[in-house]
Amino acid sequence: MSLLTLLFGEKKKTASVAKERLQLIIAREHGTDGRGADFLPALQRELIEVISKYVAVNPDDIKVQLEKQDNYEVLEVNIVLPELKP
Amino acid sequence: MGKTTTSAAFASGLALRGFKTAVIDFDVGLRNLDLIMGCERRVVYDFVNVINGEARLNQALIKDKHCENLFVLPASQTRDKEALTEEGVEAVIRELEHMGFAYIVCDSPAGIERGAIMALTFADEAIVTTNPEVSSVRDSDRILGILQSKSRRAAEGREPVKEHLLLTRYSPKRVDDGEMLSYKDVQELLRVPLIGVIPESESVLHASNQGTPAIHLKGTDVSEAYTDVVARFLGEDQPLRFVNYDKPGLIKRLFGGK
Repeated sequence: MSLLTLLFGEKKKTASVAKERLQLIIAREHGTDGRGADFLPALQRELIEVISKYVAVNPDDIKVQLEKQDNYEVLEVNIVLPELKP
Repeated sequence: MGKTTTSAAFASGLALRGFKTAVIDFDVGLRNLDLIMGCERRVVYDFVNVINGEARLNQALIKDKHCENLFVLPASQTRDKEALTEEGVEAVIRELEHMGFAYIVCDSPAGIERGAIMALTFADEAIVTTNPEVSSVRDSDRILGILQSKSRRAAEGREPVKEHLLLTRYSPKRVDDGEMLSYKDVQELLRVPLIGVIPESESVLHASNQGTPAIHLKGTDVSEAYTDVVARFLGEDQPLRFVNYDKPGLIKRLFGGK
């Protein structure tokens, strides 16, 4: 390591970036083996239906994502409500 | 990557150890094994001819020029992969077993289409060849999933196909520099026992140029590494070689040398 890298911190090595990306992809693909995240599109559709009953939301403003971290999965639902008119 | 090179070297290695071995090219339409084995000019009949009953297995098998007890079954160049029927492939494999072949090496094409599925359907053991590179590792993960679901052993609920991981084109220096996934990383990602690491080497090109399986290039790292793989496959304990990078000393750096 040269003095410069010591001073300015080391740039992240690409091999570790590759490993992190693969860990994510593989975990996700194993989760979707046959079943699993198949329900996501349906879930998203139904959520839109239910929410639209009460609030006028844009279907594009509802995002559903499934992420895997170590041993647990996180289902992330992100709904952007329309701005309220004063 | 490196499937055909590996099939050729591995089959030759088994034959060198005295086993009667057959190696089958499943890459129908893009045959290459015959080139790597150096028998392309002796191909008369192929795998699909045998399946269709246009030739007998005996007529299609080509005796290897380096090893006494090694035979090559080339792929067809003119047909497409649909020509490989499950019944046909099974009949050929059973007949080879009947002829006293101890090992039948199935060289799978890339991808997850019919040729690849047929190559793994009747497997007892599988060597998954991977490069330390993202797309290759992901593909290997996919093919491992298919092995676990589509092989005969899986379909019949028998003991699963025994899986081995083989890393090819490995560069210890680049791993050392943090530019390449290490064999430990890949093994951790795929969770399959490692059967060997083949170093990146110019000799692989020399070997394919001449149509000589790489294992015959005596004294090269690649040849030694494949010999180790065969030994491990046969249950022998061999330490992993060619995975550590020795930094060149000052003298070597000053005065050059590779």
